Amino acid sequence: MRDEHAWAKRIVLVALLVLVLALPYLVGNASQLNYAILVLMIAQAGVAWNILGGYAGQVSLGHAAFYGIGAYTSTQLLLVFGLSPWLGMLAGGGVAVLFALAIGWPCFRLKGHYFAMATIAIAEILQIVVTNWDWLGGAVGLSLPVAETGWRGLVFNKSKVPYYYLILGLLLLTLGVSWLIERSFLGYYFRAIKDEPDAARSVGIDLTRYKLVAITASSFLTALGGTFYAQKELFIDPGSTMATSLSIKIALVAILGGVGSLGGPVAGAVILTAIEETTRAMFGGTGRGTDLIIYALLIILVAVFYPSGVAGWWRDLEHRLLLFKRRDRASGKRKTS
Amino acid sequence: MNASFDILLQTLLSGVLIGLIYALVAVGLTMIFGVMDIVNFAHGEFLMLGMYASFWGFALWALDPMFTLPFTALMLFGLGSAIYHVVIRRIIRAPMLSQIFTTFGLLILFRGLAQFLWKPDFRTIDHSIVQGKVAFAGLQFGLPQLVAAAGAIVVTGIVWWFLQRTRLGAALEATAADKDAAALMGIDVQRMFALAWGIGAACAGVAGALLSTFFPIFPEVGANFILIAFVTVALGGFGSVAGAFWAGIIVGIVEVLGGFLLGPQYKLALVLALYLIVVLLRPQGLLGRA
Repeated sequence: MRDEHAWAKRIVLVALLVLVLALPYLVGNASQLNYAILVLMIAQAGVAWNILGGYAGQVSLGHAAFYGIGAYTSTQLLLVFGLSPWLGMLAGGGVAVLFALAIGWPCFRLKGHYFAMATIAIAEILQIVVTNWDWLGGAVGLSLPVAETGWRGLVFNKSKVPYYYLILGLLLLTLGVSWLIERSFLGYYFRAIKDEPDAARSVGIDLTRYKLVAITASSFLTALGGTFYAQKELFIDPGSTMATSLSIKIALVAILGGVGSLGGPVAGAVILTAIEETTRAMFGGTGRGTDLIIYALLIILVAVFYPSGVAGWWRDLEHRLLLFKRRDRASGKRKTS
Repeated sequence: MNASFDILLQTLLSGVLIGLIYALVAVGLTMIFGVMDIVNFAHGEFLMLGMYASFWGFALWALDPMFTLPFTALMLFGLGSAIYHVVIRRIIRAPMLSQIFTTFGLLILFRGLAQFLWKPDFRTIDHSIVQGKVAFAGLQFGLPQLVAAAGAIVVTGIVWWFLQRTRLGAALEATAADKDAAALMGIDVQRMFALAWGIGAACAGVAGALLSTFFPIFPEVGANFILIAFVTVALGGFGSVAGAFWAGIIVGIVEVLGGFLLGPQYKLALVLALYLIVVLLRPQGLLGRA
């Protein structure tokens, strides 16, 4: 019974994977492909956020800081030293981790709202500093050169398809890391920190150390997404890479999809982007905020009625179906006896 | 007196004046937080709605924001308690994340509605009864700023008096201290929560009305105040009205002094740094319960 269920899941997963791999050849035009890339980008950031915010329960509303650090580090290394974005991406992740450890060390003492607001404050301060830092382009931002195209330079100007596979690869990497964490002892530790911090401490788990492990993985992976953004847009500024609205959006996809579930943020990204793009396409042209109103109402409805997101709804559905089956079988037995 | 001292004094006092407004905004926020442990991200939008109420009273019926102020307060009180009953009541026991995103959704909703109804333009109230400047001992202040600061003191005082000296206020304080015990004592906790949201929204609305005579009015105006209100609430101690009052003044001074010394672009960064210093070194704030 369990096995057959697991098999069904595996088949669905493989089918999904084949579908995403073939997607660039299924979509009709460049704007649809771009739409798919946007979904994968925010999904990747959401999955990375989920390691800290979902599994370990440390709600960050400042993840755009890591995203921006990734974008700015690789871009500046490319502009000043001509460093390959592949190495720049790793360097960006490294800088983000250092930054994360520096803020995590003092801030992990804070609980709940206090921690969330501290992350907003830190990301806002970083944004203000970068906005006024001429060496980093200030408020104007930085443009990337289109000197070396192709996989070496990570700039693709003919077709956007390579960008799709690149961000898909990053998303699978991020999902893979999350999956490994979820299945290892770290997953149990993180959940213990989230749900029963006092009990976790009493059995000898060093809370701060494991929160630092969570923020290390989370910030590194988020920064990789930032570098991807820079390589795709070929232009970065503080408003687009480190704004609080981006931090909120990263957390929002995880919440819509289901906090602390592996695939939840991906589902959340699909839904959020669909809502955003549809409302914008239908009402955005009016310039009167109709798209914002609908978007806001949907967020409120989900937050109020489905606090566990799509993943929670799915679990409920699955549970109900199983119960239904079991009841069916039970009543069937009664009949035969 | 020499000129640079005058400038410094002028700067400090203007910091106090704006700080009193921050205090009033924070009083509303800290009340909601203190009573039910929910951070209201849409608090700046209450302020924005208070500004628009003043604007339309002035534009449609030529009523001065100072005269419509009591009605603005009542309207926002009604809106705040209505929001509690329709939305917030359902998420009291929800995870913190759902709470954050519910009030965040309200923030976007009100901004969207303001854009929809009143367009994204900047608007100003030009001929209020409070205008012009007042000279005092070699210093100069705008009358609107002085009146706004005085109004903020009065309203903060009224809220403080209400909490300290009335039975209803005592019931609200009791609910903040321990909901379950309060309920056992026969206090209608739901009513207290709605009251906290009403008063909280009214405080922000009054602050908006007071600002409307000298601050541009537009749908996103709340964004300028929400982060500062968070800092003020943390500095004063979450849930402490008296703390929010003094913290507002400190935040106002830090802001203008920072602008004076480092340049206006770092004002907000300094205020946010103040938040970090406070929550890390003295998490209970200046006057908060430990």
